[in-house]
Amino acid sequence: MRVRDELRMNVNQQPHMASPYGQPQPGYQGYPQPGYGGGHVPSGYPAQYAPYNGPGSAYQQGPPQGMRGPPTSGAPPVSGAQNYSQFGQGETQNGPPPMGAPPQRPPVSQPYTPAVVNLSGPQPPYDQQFGAPPVSMQQMTNQMASMQVGSTAPSPAGPGYAPPSVSQAPISSAYSPAAPHTFSLTSTAPTQPPPTEAMAQVPPRSYYGAPPPAQQPFPNAAPPFSSTGPTQPQAPPPVSQQSFSQVPPVSQPPFSTAMPPGPTQSYGGPLPPTQPSFPRPPPPTSQLSNFPGGPPPTSTPSQLPGGMLPQPPVSQPSPYHSVPPPNTTGFPPQVGAPPRPPPAGMQGPPMASQGPLMAQANHVPPSQPGMPPSPINAGLSGPPPQPGMQGYPPQQNGAFGQVRGPQPGYAGPYSGQPNYGPPPAAPAPAPAAPKRLDPDSIPSPIQVIEDDKANKGSEPFTTGVRGQAPPLVTTKFQARDQGNASPRYIRCTAYNVPCNADMAKQSQVPLAAVIKPLATLPPDESPPYLVDHGESGPIRCNRCKAYMCPYMQFIEGGRRFQCGFCSCVTEVPPHYFQHLDHTGKRVDCYDRPELSMGSYEFMATVDYCKNNKIPQPPAFIFLIDVSYNAVKNGMVGIVCQELKTLLDYLPRQNPDVDSNIRVGFVTYNKVLHFYNVKASLAQPQMMVVSDVADMFVPLLDGFLVNVSESRMVIESLLDQIPEMFADTRETETVFGPVIQAGLEALKAADCAGKLFVFHSSLPIAEAPGKLKNREDKKLVGTDKEKSLFQPQVSFYNTLAKECVAQGCCVDLFIFPNQYVDVATLGVVPTSTGGSIYKYTYFQSSTDQERFLNDLRRDVQKPMGFDAVMRVRTSTGIRATDFFGSFYMSNTTDVELAGLDCDKTVTVEFRHDDKLSEETGALMQCAVLYTSCNGQRRLRIHNMAVNCCSQLADLYRNCETDTIINFFVKYAYRSVLSSPTKNVRDSLVNQCAQILACYRKNCASPSSAGQLILPECMKLLPVYLNCVLKSDVLQPGADVSLDDRAYLRQLVSAMDVAESHVFFYPRLLPLQQLDVESMSLPVAVRDSEERLSRGGVYLLENGLNIFLWVGANAQQELLQNIFGTTAFSQIDPGMTSLPALDNPFSKRLKEIIESVRAQRSRYMKLMVVKQEDKLELIFKHFLVEDKSNNGGASYVDFLCHMHKEIRQLLS
Amino acid sequence: MATYQEFIQQNEDRDGIRCSWNLWPSSRLEATRLVVPVSCLYTPLKERPDLPPVQYEPVLCSRANCKAVLNPLCQVDFRAKIWACNFCFQRNSFPPSYAGISEVNQPAELMPQFSTIEYIVQRGPPTPLIFLYVVDTCLEEEDLQALKESLQMSLSLLPPNALVGLITFGRMVQVHELSCEGIAKSFVFRGTKELSPKQIQEMLGLMKPATSGQQGKPLAPHDAAASCRFLQPVQAVDMNLTDLLGELQRDPWPVPQGKRPLRSTGIALSIAIGLLEGTFPNTGARVMLFTGGPPTQGPGMVVGDELKTPIRSWHDIQKDNARHLKKATKYYETLSNRAAVNGHSVDIYACALDQTGLLEMKCLANLTGGHIVMGDSFNTSLFKQTFQRVFSKDYNGEFRMAFGGTLEVKTSRELKVSGAIGPCVSLNSKGPCVSDNEMGVGGTCQWKICSLTPATTLAMYFEVVNQHNAPVPQGGRGAVQFVTQYQHSNTQRRIRVTTIARNWADAQSQIQHIESSFDQEASAVLMARLGVFRAESEEGPDVLRWLDRQLIRLCQKFGQFSKDDPNSFKLSESLSLYPQFMFHLRRSPFLQVFNNSPDESSYYRHHFVRQDLTQSLIMIQPILYSYSFYGPPEPVLLDSSSILPDRILLMDTFFQLVIFHGETIAQWRKAGYQEMPEYENFKQLLQAPLDDAQEILQTRFPMPRYVDTEHGGSQARFLLSKVNPSQTHNNLYAWGQESGAPILTDDVSLQVFMDHLKKLAVSSSA
Repeated sequence: MRVRDELRMNVNQQPHMASPYGQPQPGYQGYPQPGYGGGHVPSGYPAQYAPYNGPGSAYQQGPPQGMRGPPTSGAPPVSGAQNYSQFGQGETQNGPPPMGAPPQRPPVSQPYTPAVVNLSGPQPPYDQQFGAPPVSMQQMTNQMASMQVGSTAPSPAGPGYAPPSVSQAPISSAYSPAAPHTFSLTSTAPTQPPPTEAMAQVPPRSYYGAPPPAQQPFPNAAPPFSSTGPTQPQAPPPVSQQSFSQVPPVSQPPFSTAMPPGPTQSYGGPLPPTQPSFPRPPPPTSQLSNFPGGPPPTSTPSQLPGGMLPQPPVSQPSPYHSVPPPNTTGFPPQVGAPPRPPPAGMQGPPMASQGPLMAQANHVPPSQPGMPPSPINAGLSGPPPQPGMQGYPPQQNGAFGQVRGPQPGYAGPYSGQPNYGPPPAAPAPAPAAPKRLDPDSIPSPIQVIEDDKANKGSEPFTTGVRGQAPPLVTTKFQARDQGNASPRYIRCTAYNVPCNADMAKQSQVPLAAVIKPLATLPPDESPPYLVDHGESGPIRCNRCKAYMCPYMQFIEGGRRFQCGFCSCVTEVPPHYFQHLDHTGKRVDCYDRPELSMGSYEFMATVDYCKNNKIPQPPAFIFLIDVSYNAVKNGMVGIVCQELKTLLDYLPRQNPDVDSNIRVGFVTYNKVLHFYNVKASLAQPQMMVVSDVADMFVPLLDGFLVNVSESRMVIESLLDQIPEMFADTRETETVFGPVIQAGLEALKAADCAGKLFVFHSSLPIAEAPGKLKNREDKKLVGTDKEKSLFQPQVSFYNTLAKECVAQGCCVDLFIFPNQYVDVATLGVVPTSTGGSIYKYTYFQSSTDQERFLNDLRRDVQKPMGFDAVMRVRTSTGIRATDFFGSFYMSNTTDVELAGLDCDKTVTVEFRHDDKLSEETGALMQCAVLYTSCNGQRRLRIHNMAVNCCSQLADLYRNCETDTIINFFVKYAYRSVLSSPTKNVRDSLVNQCAQILACYRKNCASPSSAGQLILPECMKLLPVYLNCVLKSDVLQPGADVSLDDRAYLRQLVSAMDVAESHVFFYPRLLPLQQLDVESMSLPVAVRDSEERLSRGGVYLLENGLNIFLWVGANAQQELLQNIFGTTAFSQIDPGMTSLPALDNPFSKRLKEIIESVRAQRSRYMKLMVVKQEDKLELIFKHFLVEDKSNNGGASYVDFLCHMHKEIRQLLS
Repeated sequence: MATYQEFIQQNEDRDGIRCSWNLWPSSRLEATRLVVPVSCLYTPLKERPDLPPVQYEPVLCSRANCKAVLNPLCQVDFRAKIWACNFCFQRNSFPPSYAGISEVNQPAELMPQFSTIEYIVQRGPPTPLIFLYVVDTCLEEEDLQALKESLQMSLSLLPPNALVGLITFGRMVQVHELSCEGIAKSFVFRGTKELSPKQIQEMLGLMKPATSGQQGKPLAPHDAAASCRFLQPVQAVDMNLTDLLGELQRDPWPVPQGKRPLRSTGIALSIAIGLLEGTFPNTGARVMLFTGGPPTQGPGMVVGDELKTPIRSWHDIQKDNARHLKKATKYYETLSNRAAVNGHSVDIYACALDQTGLLEMKCLANLTGGHIVMGDSFNTSLFKQTFQRVFSKDYNGEFRMAFGGTLEVKTSRELKVSGAIGPCVSLNSKGPCVSDNEMGVGGTCQWKICSLTPATTLAMYFEVVNQHNAPVPQGGRGAVQFVTQYQHSNTQRRIRVTTIARNWADAQSQIQHIESSFDQEASAVLMARLGVFRAESEEGPDVLRWLDRQLIRLCQKFGQFSKDDPNSFKLSESLSLYPQFMFHLRRSPFLQVFNNSPDESSYYRHHFVRQDLTQSLIMIQPILYSYSFYGPPEPVLLDSSSILPDRILLMDTFFQLVIFHGETIAQWRKAGYQEMPEYENFKQLLQAPLDDAQEILQTRFPMPRYVDTEHGGSQARFLLSKVNPSQTHNNLYAWGQESGAPILTDDVSLQVFMDHLKKLAVSSSA
């Protein structure tokens, strides 16, 4: 019953469920990895454990017992192996999958299917998996069980997975070490497992023996998610969702059943093998289930038992055993572990950590509950499913199969979650115990994304309703402007703003808006209407100068209006007067965009122009480095060749008319060459300026020309530039003077414009802005690290200021072969609204396409010049901080020398007074800019959000992606002033506070050991973890300072969609590609264990596209893609796929093209073969896994978060 | 005895020398009492078609501080093959190659007719001539076009192997690279920033990394790779450069209302000089500046770009109200000295209606031997033909220009050299023959003359060493040797040696001889040069007073008169014209700034201190020819009485050629009689002065302003300002004559001047 309830609950939350499913699927893919992971898994665990170790120890005690039991199962594992055989496959696959995906999927899929089914209803894609879920709770539990089993299996897997288990074993000894190993081994597998382990961490250690179980626990953890589903039921729907732990409770029953058994079993099995990883995972799961079941002290064990329990239910003991290892591996990583931790009173802390995972799971739970469990289940059931898994490994089917098996387990997992709940009560493990272990998986981004697609993608999003969160950025939807700006222009972190500062402070939820003022809209949405208020200019509030907008209240029969921002009453000018209707609206309300729309444009009058002069049309100046390196790597030739055609596509207002943007050309090495390309000349003339110390423009007339008039001369010039410098020996370059030159040219021409600088090397020639090579890796990680992000000379800051004053936007294309100090070179671009494009080790053969596409887009994209942005807000809040590529000379005006359609400004708001729930909070973003044909315009975006006096409302209406966007920008700016470690810590701390506040104020009372996440924020931990281990905040040894500075600057102007995919890359399983359908296959989670050896995956993060080819990829697939069936014949150096005459190849190319089209930068395709050297790079993007540079796996981190939260709560 | 006349003429023809005195007083005191110093005008490169250069090295005195060249005045012991230096009396043996000499087989330098001799010597590899055009682009379209054509035309006049370079300037300065194919390439410099020579060379890429470390020494001059980009043989880049000049645009920077165009002349010159300095030091080179207005920005700026602030006038200068004057002058002086050190000369071709800053820039040409040409527009024949004439060739088909000259003066012991006035700079070579008493550019016995033409004439001033109590023994001869080393336009290095000797005379016993040896023409010019030299640094009135005093003293010394009886005053023939020269000199634009702009004054003075005696005299006292039906053309007095209605006057002031038609002639001409066959003679009369003018125009450098005017015409002022105002509105009716034309002036006439002179000369109180 409960299960059903939970399921229902889940169902309610289905969307989430869906996501879990999604996860499961990944899981399957993961499984393939698991195989690999096997080895990895263990390692993975250790790693995770390592972090958790502290807690782990505590857990260990508990878990160990139980765990150890399982360990013994170690033997079982063997059997498990068999059982796992399914898993085994799974393992093989599972190995990886177990870690993260497997649990979810396998278990979930099938088990969930049932449950899911319900849930799945909404989510077709998942159906399959869900298909299983329908079995839902039971299945879930089963799955959970299976999961646990799986977990146990993992340990067994150890055998089967030999490596994993082994690794686990070792790990068990030393988690930390193990962890690393695992990562190294098969990062995927390990990583996945690790997470779970992480969850379980605490337990793990104790459990090491138990670890395997722990893994199971993880599965449990997964369940937790499912549990979340339950929680939802329990807790306020939203809350409940949020708090997995709570959910778990609900689910707990199932979980507990499933879980406990699982754990125990798993423990038995797992313990030995998994100890490292498993133990921990188990703990979580076990904790959940076990703990509940187990005695308080042994809570861990109990948990394990709990975990075991699920397993038992699954009756997969044997499978478990065998399975456990694998599962553990797989599962542990998954939520399973997390959930358990809480349960484990002992493991309490770890559990807690697991809890968090659970919590995530909880998020998942709603829809995913099934899923998560399924994972766990999968893990548990894993064994059973394994077969399926194997078959499916890549696909969900397998998962389903597994799921079914697991289903029982799932119950477990769920219980697990409940357990988590209990765990907090851990001491009162009993409660936990009573509740089922929840093998649910941790919240799955994929599930969330898919749910959102399913729920919100079908109907247009209308902006008329205040306080309504828009669809996620990953969801394709149509926006209708009904008075508020479309989410394409503005996204807020919260759509219900706390009424007062205290609430805001308490919640710690950042109040911010991510504004993309000139965003391009899909073709089915109309661009902002142009409003002309005549010679007197736009009508504005007298006091705060807000522009006419729908928030202006007309009074006195329409003769005056009251400002919605400052409440000041202003006379309506006679020419603007209109009568009001009976509702107080102006009669012409719907005829006037400024009265009915959220976004529109005003024609600005001469009063809005610099120096009260109508601006000149802007100019583009191309400044090309012609030093030896630039010539040699082909850049010069390519640029010149491309410009010949590109100049026909300069931005223009009216497509029928030639652009009136003028162009100019400069080349340089350590001196500058200007070109006179006046139309009347037969040949261009070169003017060399070698006085770089005091830059000036040598000519005016003839430098900036109209393309159509001077075409012949320009072409001649572009033909000759590469020849002229073909034999150059000059290696030194300048940089400061180059920008100065462009700036001076614009000054001389008295216009705004954009510089395109193509630069190759560190500017060491004697000139202003000369730089030293200061690359010093030894500083990384020290307090001085921040200096590496700061410009080494102040020259560029001053220069940037001058550029902004002139409206000179600088775009920088760099082609470095070594350190070029991007941190310093980038100062001007990032202060002027420009972009940096970096092509390290540029080779024309491989990078030309990327560069050219970037260049084309950069030149063609719509943009405004010499812009000023001002954000006005209603009384009570105030825009206090701004992030992005711009310059501010005072505290309110964002000055953008250039503003293109990709540039985003993130604005943080703070209270300076109380807000009223009635009026809500209003903001108006006004951007004054010069259009590409020299018109001065004002673009207005209005946004109204609700105000709330209940924290729950805040948590119910926020957007994690946007919050992350804000956090990233905040953190990336903080690295300029603080050591990265502090930045990371404060990020974790703030998130913990957010979640703790939720837990404290919004979640229904439950054990402190439960991790309860707000539904809207359940992905916060996973995304935050991605941020924390990003190259900027936690670099690996192979990440150059330039790359970090580049990424830092890049991210600072990203919109939400870009930052989302950047931090959580999209991983598409191509083997599931339906050639007939227009839709893309459902993505899988970014974890190695989700990768199937037999599959081919496409990964994109906005900067790169990887095509990962599994070592055992189906020959048909290879044939379709590469035209060869031999894995070994695939050339990893290829940058584009062969054009083959088969539907698959065509469709794949289409997909790649469409993915590229979505991003502002062209993504170079890299083919990564499994077990190839390049795979290391690829693995870097599997962000749920533990990373090489010490970044935690998802599961580990979730555990850690949980711990933090618990600390805050206690 | 027409002897002195003949002697003077003969000496001038042979040696290019005109001495103020052809007998020299034997003691310093006596020399001082002669008023006009012992001095001479020397034309180092006087054309001597009859003097073939010898192809060997001169024989030098072996004494280290003498090094005089073997000359006809030396005593030679043909048997011992020994010669005694006539300056230091060192006995030197002849070099081996002279083994065959004897009384009947003398080398040329020993023959009296070869007191001036030219040697062709081998000194390093020949270096081609260098012509660096520095062109202002802030011109009216029409002017620029004309200038471009002139420049293009000039390419065909240059020696084919000459190196040519192009710098253009306006708001920016562009150094054009001539070697590049395809895209025309130029280096651009900001017009406001002063750069050190080293910076300039670095920025032009002329510094070789290897050599740049050598203590800032200039680069090896023959670094072809580095320099060839900017200086190319004419024959190689003829087409290129022609195209480049053809595409030359007006300065593209907009000139706002009420502003002058920004003209970076200062920087352009600094870069031109820096470029040559870095690439071809000590090589003959001409920087040719073509400018159409004053420098308005950067160092060397003469006037701001605000049109409302006019360029400085003499009035401003006297009131010390010329803001930029001192700074600019100093700047250009520094540049000039740099150029001079390296043997590069700077020409200034300034064509504008307003002043162009010649006052500030004159030193560029003055110190380096460059030309200054001033005109109203580049689109005038004055400029075009003058410019063309720069490249005129002599009877041998060689260019009438020489480069990198150094003039060394050696004197016998009784004399020391006080200084030189002319287009030269001191080389600061202290020798035994250098006087402490400086006149002109002194303190040295060597001068650098960066550019020479056959007309270039220097005034050299000497001092007699011997004290009154130890005069030079009678019967001896004082000798002076001028050794001029230079680079001939055909790139040969040559040495011209002129050795002169004059007898010593006791001023007390032989004053009549000394008086009759007085060369009043040369003396007038030599004194005028001293006056002009002083005028450069002193107030105008002071100079005039000094001149007057000198004249009075001279008259007192040589005049025959009874005390306090002006009417008794008489001057001998050898001095009779001298006061008249002084009268016209006082009125000349060289000393009078009234009615002349500072630029014009500088221009006139520039030419005055370099032209030979004949031209200088024309400048001091213009020549007036009268054409009438009553006889052949005749020279007439430069007097207002010569202006008659039925005459055509042709006046040559050197700078102007004025053809003035008398009132009646003008009426006839207007009536068109010359068109009628029966008045063919009238037509011929009209034509005669034109033909004569053409003749003068053909040879004169720079081309004079050619004025064809008539009675009452506005341009008649050129004539009226020059003639002696014997008839003015004040005395017209008193004279009661009908001839001549009254001049509306308060200037004193020659008559009044002479009256005063006599009065003062005979005054016992003076």
